[in-house]
Amino acid sequence: MSKRIDVEHLKVYYGDFLAVDDITMQIEPRAVTAFIGPSGCGKSTFLRTLNRMHEVIPGAYVEGKVNLDGENLYAKGVDPVRVRSQVGMVFQRPNPFPTMSIRDNVLAGVKLNSRRIARSDADELVESSLRSANLWNEVKDRLDKPGSGLSGGQQQRLCIARSIAVRPDVILMDEPCSALDPISTLAVEDLINELKAEYTVVIVTHNMQQAARVSDKTAFFNIAGTGKPGRLIEYAPTQEIFNKPQEKATEDYVSGRFG
Amino acid sequence: MSHSSSTVPEFSTPTGDQPGQGDENSDHRREGHVAIGDAKGGPAQDRVFAGVTLVAGAIILVVLAAVAFFLTWQASPIFGAASSEVTGGKGFLSYIWPLVVGTLIASVIALLLATPVGIGVALYISHYAPPRFAKGVGYVIDLLAAIPSVIFGAWGASVLAPKIVPFYDWLSGILGFLPIFEGPPTATGKTILTAGIVLAIMILPIITAMCREIFAQTPVLQQEAALGLGATRWEMVRMTVFPFARAGIISSVMLALGRAMGETMAVTLVLSGGPFNPSLIQSGNQTVASEIALNFPEAYGLRLNELIAAGLVLFVITLVVNLLARLVISRYKEFSGANS
Ligand SMILES: Nc1ncnc2c1ncn2[C@@H]1O[C@H](COP(=O)(O)OP(=O)(O)O)[C@@H](O)[C@H]1O
Ligand SMILES: [Mg+2]
Repeated sequence: MSKRIDVEHLKVYYGDFLAVDDITMQIEPRAVTAFIGPSGCGKSTFLRTLNRMHEVIPGAYVEGKVNLDGENLYAKGVDPVRVRSQVGMVFQRPNPFPTMSIRDNVLAGVKLNSRRIARSDADELVESSLRSANLWNEVKDRLDKPGSGLSGGQQQRLCIARSIAVRPDVILMDEPCSALDPISTLAVEDLINELKAEYTVVIVTHNMQQAARVSDKTAFFNIAGTGKPGRLIEYAPTQEIFNKPQEKATEDYVSGRFG
Repeated sequence: MSHSSSTVPEFSTPTGDQPGQGDENSDHRREGHVAIGDAKGGPAQDRVFAGVTLVAGAIILVVLAAVAFFLTWQASPIFGAASSEVTGGKGFLSYIWPLVVGTLIASVIALLLATPVGIGVALYISHYAPPRFAKGVGYVIDLLAAIPSVIFGAWGASVLAPKIVPFYDWLSGILGFLPIFEGPPTATGKTILTAGIVLAIMILPIITAMCREIFAQTPVLQQEAALGLGATRWEMVRMTVFPFARAGIISSVMLALGRAMGETMAVTLVLSGGPFNPSLIQSGNQTVASEIALNFPEAYGLRLNELIAAGLVLFVITLVVNLLARLVISRYKEFSGANS
């Protein structure tokens, strides 16, 4: 279950402030798409419009369309709660639920909306999700311990397991490795590579090597200055972005001449 | 072109910090300033501060011990006295138990009414109401806390009590088979249930104010984790806000319980007290605090010791309640929000 995302003329606001201007792009299913660009250019803001998390901030709203396999997420009558269970999100800092055990963390999303799940199905789902997140072998003996007792990298993989347990169509990741050590980062990157077999994966990263390592396509965002809106500058296969970018700004950025 | 905007935020952001996003900077802020050692002024200032807090803590303990000592010392004659000398003529125990039971009944009624309402109002303010409106509601609730208890008492006795009699009639008609609602209700309405209702209104601001603060401090990251999984706002509250605030809710309720058990003026005015009566809507029952207040001015000799002994009992009960609260809170430590 992997879906294509079609963004049409999307503008993203925080109150009066236009944070991201007029984005139009297509994000492929069964692929990893990376967003890169200098800090503050609106990568996170844009990413959060893809599962309607943006609007949980007071005063925040969008104009334009985000189509998931042709269905506009912002159409009238679409329930943002349903959108978020279709489009999962992994955050910058690992955020397992501290009051829940590892097992309950994995099942947290599954048990929402008063859905019931048989114990054996739950066990299976916990195992398969944790296996998919490359975490099973590390935690199988302490599923009933709190998730907050794990290392940062393990916590982040637990959050990924929690996301995939809901069987989303898309997984969004906002700098998922920025709070992790290099070894954990490698583990998560491996995982991202495996996830694209089944999901549409979108990852924000400020680490260009990471973008080069994990992504199939890369989108470069930039801002003209503080207070100006972020824009999509260039969007192409990752090899092209890093080897023969069309835009001067992209070339400057990927060659480390600014940002 | 579609335009989507939510007028009501799905959660509040404490201290106006930007949530989630643009976190690179706030991360540094959070982590960079924890090291106590490199605060300005160095270790000397730390030592002074540590000394001050130690003294402050010690003073509290000394005061507590002094109160306990005074109460025990002044109360002690009653424990040696012949039972015929104690009010009621059957010894201290049979004198005190109806008062203790009355205190507990009034407090429990107050808690049962105030806790759900207080938590609900706090949650409404922190997570549901439009921000500007929320401020107004919070302000009004805080004002309740500033009203002197004698006003609550006067209002309870002169307005609430007479008005509530028809409700008691109705209650005894429907639930009269239960001993606690056995009729006929008093014609004055001055019952322990009325006192409990007045107490509930008085402790409401304590619960609301504390819960509101704690609810608003729930980490945005956790709330977003829940929403990101497809939780509704209510599910998000159950998954993150309540677990995070559990210890705080218990503390606020215990604080409120302490206030309700010790409250004197309102109960004295509202309740026309008497001996123990299982029916909450008939006259009778009395609380420890009210009993002391009513009789203290005229008391002398052994009667004075007796009232102070009653005070000692109240003191011990409040301590026990607080200890129990600590126990409950520490049981949840491993799974608390503190180690997130
Ligand atoms: N909650 C918010 N309220 C108002 N402005 C915000 C908020 N979050 C981010 N912004 C602004 O939106 C712009 C884009 O931020 P962000 O999406 O976090 O950038 P990036 O993730 O690329 O570093 C910045 O100018 C930032 O200050
Ligand atoms: Mg960001």
